[in-house]
Amino acid sequence: MGLFGGDGQSQGDFKKGLNKVYTWYTGGFIGFVLVLAVLEQMGLPKNWIGYLFLAATVLLYAGIGIMSRTNDAAEYYVAGRRVPAIYNGMATGADWMSAASFIGMAGTLYLSGYGGLAFILGWTGGYCLVALFLAPYLRKFGQFTIPDFLGARFEGNLPRLIGVGAAILCSFTYVVAQIYGVGLITSRLTGLAFEIGIFAGLAGILVCSFLGGMRAVTWTQVAQYIILIIAYMLPVVWLSVKHTGVPVPQAVYGYTLEKVTAKEAELIKDPKEMEVRGIYKARSDAAVEKLKDVNASLAADRAAAQKKLDDLKAANAPAPDIAAAAAALAAVPKNEADARTAYTAARTSNAAKSAPPIRHAEPFPGKDEAAQNVARKNFLALVFCLMIGTAALPHILMRYYTVPSVREARESVSWSLFFIFLLYFTAPALAVLAKYEVYTVLVNTPFASLPEWIARWSAVDKSLLSVVDINNDGILQLAEISIGGDIIVLATPEIAGLPYVVSGMVAAGGLAAALSTADGLLLTIANALSHDLYYKVLDPNASTARRVMVSKLLLLLVALAAAYVAAQKPADILFLVSAAFSFAAAAFFPALTLGIFWKRANKWGASLGMLAGLGITFYYMVTTQPWLYKLTHGTAITPEIVKANTWWDIAPISAGLFGVPLGFAVIIIVSLLTKAPGKEIQELVEHVRYPSLDGKTSAASAAH
Amino acid sequence: MKLTAKHQEYWRKNLQITALLLGIWFFVTFVVVFFARDLTFSFFGWPFSFWVAAQGALVVYCLIIWYYARHMNKLDIEYGVAEGEE
Repeated sequence: MGLFGGDGQSQGDFKKGLNKVYTWYTGGFIGFVLVLAVLEQMGLPKNWIGYLFLAATVLLYAGIGIMSRTNDAAEYYVAGRRVPAIYNGMATGADWMSAASFIGMAGTLYLSGYGGLAFILGWTGGYCLVALFLAPYLRKFGQFTIPDFLGARFEGNLPRLIGVGAAILCSFTYVVAQIYGVGLITSRLTGLAFEIGIFAGLAGILVCSFLGGMRAVTWTQVAQYIILIIAYMLPVVWLSVKHTGVPVPQAVYGYTLEKVTAKEAELIKDPKEMEVRGIYKARSDAAVEKLKDVNASLAADRAAAQKKLDDLKAANAPAPDIAAAAAALAAVPKNEADARTAYTAARTSNAAKSAPPIRHAEPFPGKDEAAQNVARKNFLALVFCLMIGTAALPHILMRYYTVPSVREARESVSWSLFFIFLLYFTAPALAVLAKYEVYTVLVNTPFASLPEWIARWSAVDKSLLSVVDINNDGILQLAEISIGGDIIVLATPEIAGLPYVVSGMVAAGGLAAALSTADGLLLTIANALSHDLYYKVLDPNASTARRVMVSKLLLLLVALAAAYVAAQKPADILFLVSAAFSFAAAAFFPALTLGIFWKRANKWGASLGMLAGLGITFYYMVTTQPWLYKLTHGTAITPEIVKANTWWDIAPISAGLFGVPLGFAVIIIVSLLTKAPGKEIQELVEHVRYPSLDGKTSAASAAH
Repeated sequence: MKLTAKHQEYWRKNLQITALLLGIWFFVTFVVVFFARDLTFSFFGWPFSFWVAAQGALVVYCLIIWYYARHMNKLDIEYGVAEGEE
C-alpha cells in the first residue's frame, strides 16, 4: 500500500518513492516493447502483438486501481490532496488529452492545414486562463467538486444544481466520444467486434475508478501519460530521421513544409490530377441534375439497373457480375425521400473531391476577400471558445483540488501545460511529415504496386481510407485517395514502414489517451451526482462510507449508460465533443471568474447568468447545426434556413462566442439589480484570494 | 479576519501581473493571428504565421504560466501570505 501514499509519510519521501516507481515503470514499458519487437522478428503473428498490448496495458491500469483502492472520502474524491505538482501535471495531461487529441488532431491538421491550428492554439492557450483565473483560487477553496464552489460562493442549492446539470451535460457527451474511441482502437488492435471492444475497455476504466476514485485515477493517469507520449513521439522521430536525418522533428519540419508547399503547387496544375477532379465535378453536376426531378431520376436509375441485370443474365455473364448487378439494383433508393438524401450526399461528396488540394500553410483560404474574412472570423471564434472551454471543463479544474497547496497548484498548471505542449507541438510536425510521405511516395505509384497497408485499412472502414482508379490510367493520383482524419496517427507507423510492434504501441497510446480521459470524466459525473446532488442536497446526514458507496454505484450506472450510447455509434460525435467546450465555456467560466474576482456577484446573477449563457449557446446550435436541427425540428436543415439563422457568419461549433459574453452581462446586471451577498460570502472571497491569511497550510485550514 | 493595507496591496499587485500576462496572451493569440495573412515571410522554413500558431504561441503560453507561478510564489512570501510548512 505504500506505493501510492501510505500514512505518516513526509511529502518529500512520498515524492522520492513516486520517482522511483515511475522510473522503473517507464523502463519496464520500454523493455516490454523491445521484447515484443524481438518476438515479432521471430515470427509472432500480428494479432498476438495486438492482444498482448491490450492485455498488458489494461491489466496494468487495473493493477494500479487495485493497489490504490480506498473508501476514505478525501482519498476517493481528491486523492488525499498530496499529489506533487509535477505528477498532477502529468495526470492532467493524460486527463486532458483524449482520443480526439491523440488520434484526431494530427488528422485534422493533415486535412485542413492552417485551419486545424485553431485546436492547437485553443487547447493550450486555455491553460493560461486556468493558471491566472482559476487553479490557485479553487485550490485555496479546497472542497471536492466545481458545483461545490458555486454552491458555497453563491449561497444555495440553485447555483449548485445548475452547475451539476451543466457538468453532466458537458462531461457525458465527452465521455461517450471517449468510449467510442476505446471501441474503435480495441477492435482495430485485436480484431474483436466493436461492441465487445467497448466493453473490454470499459472493464479497464471501471476497475480503476471504481475501486480507488480520484486516487486510483491519478496514479493510472500518470502511467497512461508516459505510455501515450512515448507512443506519439516515436513514429514522428523515426519519420523525421528518415526524411531529414535530424531526430527532432519539431525543429526541422519547416523545411519539409516548404517541400510540401512546392508539391501542392505542382499537384494543383497537374493534368492527370485535373482530369480526375473533372470526373468528380461531372458526377457532382449529374447529382444536381437528378435533384431537379427526383422522381423521374429515380425511375430512370431503377430502369437502368434493371436493364443491366437483364442484359447480363441474357448474355450468360459470370455469376459474380450478375450478383454485383443485382446488388446494385437492390441499392437503388426505395422512395423519393431516400433518393433525395442519396443524390444530395452524392452532390456534396463529389463536389468536395473535385476541389484542388488545400494549401497546407495558407491561413484563412477563401475565393475572395469576404470569404477570407469569414474564415478568419470563424478561426478566431473557435480559438476563443476552445480556450474558454478549456478553462471551464470540470474534470480538468477538479484536478487542481488534489495538490497539497496553492503554491503547488500554480506550479502544477505550469507542468500540465508543459506535458500537453510536448504532444501538441509534435502534432503539426506529424501532419506535415505524413503529408510529405503521401505526396511524394504514394502519389504516382502504379495501382498494382501499392503498399499493403492501404488494403488493410480500406478493409477496416471505407470511410477511413479508399483508393479508386477513377480515370483508369493504372496510376494513383492524389485526388483518387480519400482519407479520413482518424487514420493519420494510427497508420503513420505503417506509412513510414516501421515494424508492426510500433503500430501496436501507437494503438496502446491511443487507448491510454481515451481511457484516462474517460476515467476523469466518469468520476466528475459520479461525484457531481453523489457529492453535490445526493449528499449536499438530498441527504446531508449521509455518512462518508455511504457517500463513497453511492458514488461508486453511480459511476457504474453512468459508465454503462455511456457505453450503451457509444455502441449506437451516434452521428456527428466530433461535433458533440466540440460542443461540450462551448457549453462548458458559457456555463462555468463567467460564474467562476466573477465569483472570485468580483465580490458583488450574487446568487441570482450567477444562476441566471449560467442559464442564459447555456440557453443561448444551445439555441444557436439547435437552429444552425444540421444534426441537432433535424433532431429537434424533425425536418432537415436547408442552406436557406442556415443563412437566415446564422449570426455574423459564425459556425455552430463556436456558439459559445455568444454564450460567454451574455453570461458575463447577465451576471453583472442581475447582481447589481439584486441584493449584495452577505458578510460571510465577502469573507469567503477574501479567503480564496490569499494563499494564507494566518500562515497555515491550506490543507490544514480546509479540514473537512 | 480584517484585511490590512498590506493584504490589499498584495491583491492589487496580483491583479496587475494578471492583467499584464493576460495582455501578452491576448496579443500572441488574437492580434498576431488576425494579421496571419500578412505575416507569411519565411522563418526557418515555416511561413511565420504558421510557425506562431503551431509553436511560437505555445511557447509563450508556457512561459506566461511559468512566470506567473514563480512571481506569485515569491510575492506570497514577500507579503507574508505564503502557506506555512505542514
